[in-house]
Amino acid sequence: MEQAFFILVAVVAVGSGVLVVAARNPIHSALALMVCFVQIAAVFLLLRSPILAVIQMFVYVGAVIVLFLFVIMMMDVREEARIRFMRKGTKLTVAGIFFLGVEMITLFLGSEYLFDLTTSARKVEMSTVDGLGTTLFTEYLFPFEVASVILLAALVGAIILTRRARGTG
Amino acid sequence: MVPLHWYIILGVLLFSIGMAGVLLRRNVLIVLLSLELMLNSVNINLVAFSHSFGDFRGQIIAIFVIAITAAEVAVALGVLVALVRNKATLEVDEITTLKG
Repeated sequence: MEQAFFILVAVVAVGSGVLVVAARNPIHSALALMVCFVQIAAVFLLLRSPILAVIQMFVYVGAVIVLFLFVIMMMDVREEARIRFMRKGTKLTVAGIFFLGVEMITLFLGSEYLFDLTTSARKVEMSTVDGLGTTLFTEYLFPFEVASVILLAALVGAIILTRRARGTG
Repeated sequence: MVPLHWYIILGVLLFSIGMAGVLLRRNVLIVLLSLELMLNSVNINLVAFSHSFGDFRGQIIAIFVIAITAAEVAVALGVLVALVRNKATLEVDEITTLKG
């Protein structure tokens, strides 16, 4: 049952991912990416991490995609910007990407003994939000604070970058 | 129970699709969208290993990845808006200001 759900979700995710790259209109790309993000949130649910699924929905679907859509609406997506792919070097790039994908899968499937080395790590009771919060706010408190500073810097940077220069605006 | 390598293969597929978008498309917006797809596929890997090993740290790193991605998107779209205001192009091949 769970495997059937996973296959459904994965097929929709890969299909919408292909649509992100292949769509001519950037709006269609952004909407396809939204579908893909919802599927990835479902994958997180299948992985028993509901808090990450919620964060995925809030941050990606609720904020990032909406930001992208606003920027696409602000811009004049002209006809020449809708040209799909690069004019030259496409075949070589596709071959390289295909080779890299095959390489990643074979390296992963060929290294089963890697799991025997690492599976003996401590087993914690999963799927509890309080355990995640305790680990985040004790062991990872400093990275958490650094992340907040980075978000603040990004906020200030985005405002300064998009502000018109004084006198010309 | 879904085996671990299914998740990894899904992550590899999405990563390859995203990289194809970054390398092949000429529109800056779609390059950025594909970049988001690549970051998300890495998150799938992190959470899958976290689930498989019964360790919270994968999920925590995934949360950090999501936070940094949000910051990256804000700055990247700010740069993009400033770029379009000054140069009025969305094609990556035409943005060659740093090319000596």
